[in-house]
Amino acid sequence: MSKKITIGPITRLEGEAKIEIFLDKKGNVEDTYFQVEELRGFEKFCEGRPVEELPRITSRICGVCSGAHHIASCKALDGVYGVNPPSAGKKLRELFYCAHSLHSHLAHVFALAAPDLVLGFNAPKEKRNIFGVIEKLGLELGKKVLTARGYAQKIQRIIGGSEVHASAGMAGGLSKPLNEDSRMEIEKMSEELLEFAKISLDLFKKIISDNGELKEILDSKDYSLKTYYMGMVDDQEKVNLYDGDIKVVDPEGKEFVRFKAKDYLSHIEEHVEPWTYVKFPYLKKIGWKGLVEGINSGIYRVGPLARLNAAKGMATPLADKACQEMYELLGGKPLHSALALNWARVVEIVYIAERINELVKDKEITDKKVRTIPEGIVGEGVGCVEAPRGTLFHHYIADEQGIAKKVNFIVATTHNNGPICMSIKKAAQRVIKNFKVDDGLLNLIEVAFRAYDPCLACASHCLPGHMAMKANIYNSDKKLINEIIRKEKVR
Amino acid sequence: MESKKITEKRKLKLAIGLGSTCSGCDIAILDLGVKLLELIDLADIVYWPTAFDFKHSDLKELGDKEIDITLYHGTIRTTEHEEIAHILRKKSKVLIAFGSCSCFGGIPGLCNLTDKQQIFNTVYGENLSVANKENIFPEEKLLINKNKYITLPHLFDTGKTLKQLVEVDYFIPGCPPPMPLIEGIIPLMKDVLGDAQLPEKGTVFGSAKTLCDECPLKRENKIISKIVSPTITANIDPDRCLLEQGILCMGPVTRGGCGAKCINVLMPCRGCMGPSLETEDQGVKMISAIASILGAENEENLTDRQIEDMQSGIKDIIGTFYRFTLPDALLNKKVKERR
Repeated sequence: MSKKITIGPITRLEGEAKIEIFLDKKGNVEDTYFQVEELRGFEKFCEGRPVEELPRITSRICGVCSGAHHIASCKALDGVYGVNPPSAGKKLRELFYCAHSLHSHLAHVFALAAPDLVLGFNAPKEKRNIFGVIEKLGLELGKKVLTARGYAQKIQRIIGGSEVHASAGMAGGLSKPLNEDSRMEIEKMSEELLEFAKISLDLFKKIISDNGELKEILDSKDYSLKTYYMGMVDDQEKVNLYDGDIKVVDPEGKEFVRFKAKDYLSHIEEHVEPWTYVKFPYLKKIGWKGLVEGINSGIYRVGPLARLNAAKGMATPLADKACQEMYELLGGKPLHSALALNWARVVEIVYIAERINELVKDKEITDKKVRTIPEGIVGEGVGCVEAPRGTLFHHYIADEQGIAKKVNFIVATTHNNGPICMSIKKAAQRVIKNFKVDDGLLNLIEVAFRAYDPCLACASHCLPGHMAMKANIYNSDKKLINEIIRKEKVR
Repeated sequence: MESKKITEKRKLKLAIGLGSTCSGCDIAILDLGVKLLELIDLADIVYWPTAFDFKHSDLKELGDKEIDITLYHGTIRTTEHEEIAHILRKKSKVLIAFGSCSCFGGIPGLCNLTDKQQIFNTVYGENLSVANKENIFPEEKLLINKNKYITLPHLFDTGKTLKQLVEVDYFIPGCPPPMPLIEGIIPLMKDVLGDAQLPEKGTVFGSAKTLCDECPLKRENKIISKIVSPTITANIDPDRCLLEQGILCMGPVTRGGCGAKCINVLMPCRGCMGPSLETEDQGVKMISAIASILGAENEENLTDRQIEDMQSGIKDIIGTFYRFTLPDALLNKKVKERR
């Protein structure tokens, strides 16, 4: 008697997703399928649009990481128009981009991950959301969380024009410089953000040290995956979110390759499976070996942990210290566990807050020259940034009229598609044994998935803080023999 | 009346459903910040986000019209989106199309310029990074071996708006809706709780005026001789109307209420708030607006070639004039009922 379990929906980047779990005759996990259930076709309908419009079209790929698409798109346009933004233009783009990354990381940590981390895996359902977290941590701290995220959004609005879906990014820089009044306003907010980032780090460490079960599960081998890691590094090999080379390390932490974003096609290829709308990228030089981990498989991961694993530390002092501390406490570099995935995100919160503070105090940040005017069209460009969830590529080819002819994206959650599938399978194998499936066990599968912060998760799930789930267990005649439903309620 | 009901603490049931969405609308709701606490004090959120298998059983537990207010965001793109829109309509007293995707089709609605097969060919075939010699495409129902199958929802060739499927009570446009409009949901919730008079059905929240009416830039009612690309234009005057500097701006035909966010960073409007109050079709109206501003002193004496040159700066009429409203456009459609 084989059984099929459906966990759905779990929402993410390109819409909805579900998990199918097939059990063998003994009631243990045989196969799992993580399916993305929707496709919007941006790569097709961006063709024929004026290429200069793409920063304002592609930002709509994702409203959670719209700033990442906006900036990656601008950088691709730098290539298409053959321009290099002036120094102030780059710094202002980076300042905007850091604020964007901060909003996203804060939304994930406090609204999505915190219900598990702060309240525990077995907390009552109705408490498992951001409001339950605020209740536990106290209203004062809760308000600080909402205020800090609000600041990150406000900085994006000041520079980019809007909190969600900015419009100021252009080929060669930005449409408008920052004036001194706005700079002072951002500086004031950045001081508070820095304080808040320190509080976040201390809070995270305290939660982990206070909760042995949490640490044990998240750091176990069932919640770990040994893969290659990809991340952007500056010339000192420190993590950089806005610009740099792409560095890949192997599962032992040794450098595998380092390349320029424009050469990404020499290093990454995508495999197609018929059971999901999302593709499976892999390292081209190793090849597609299926959904397997290890040094002989081309599967790699991106995101906060991948960045920290690939780099030699952080470029700012407090974050660098926090980064070293994480590796010391969890057992050296590289790290592979879901606990490290969560921890690395908090280390980055500290880095981003410090970097915002540095940039806003930079004398050049209010320079009036923030845009280089192109003289013509070169025709092709690749833009790359480290999106909150990992490396993001935009690649455009345009004709001499400036019309986009070919458009390619590889987004963070797509890079992680294979690893997410594998992590779900491992977690499912750990928790489902002899047909034993219940709500609490399903939550533990969800935790493996959630650690990647798949896009949309922080948007769609943040307020309820708890994914709606249904597990259907069928016998071999497709007859429903068991049904577990977990409802989604805020209070 | 109103305050009495509130002190009794009947809490409102609020649902947020979604179609094909970037989730920026969810982020915009999260951007209520501390005001979220006020919202949550008034309402139990009974549904957010929409579920695939889950939606039937969960929503079936709720009675018809048991949800007080549903905000629906996203374009209708798959059979699943269609189904959930129908269920939510049935279960909700007030159904609000939230954001430009559900109001007008939004940017995912640009898929109407192509179809499912072409999207598949591009995404899984021609894309520069794809290695797919075996021509594998996703399949809606896939037999894995003799007793295992898995399914994916059916993707439509076109995107639809919410009102093309079900009756919609109110529209909150914007990509995403501007904060004052989102904050406006809180008093609406109080009105629903207090049985107060609600706005007229079909009301579009936002300004009754166009974006031009609230634009801070100076207009001189000048005729322009050509359309230019902002990317290659140096010295854009930060105080003057962008359209009168030759930069395509959808302000004249777009509903106000966004606070001119894009204009404030000197970028032209792309029309995300949808057609202004008196506009039926945003794109057609924009063509007419362009026709009246683009010209020359002695227009009747121009050669066809000169007129063509003048228009050549407009490179993508559909993708620009219908950026957010293509599924709602009157192109290829027949008017059966006037708004």
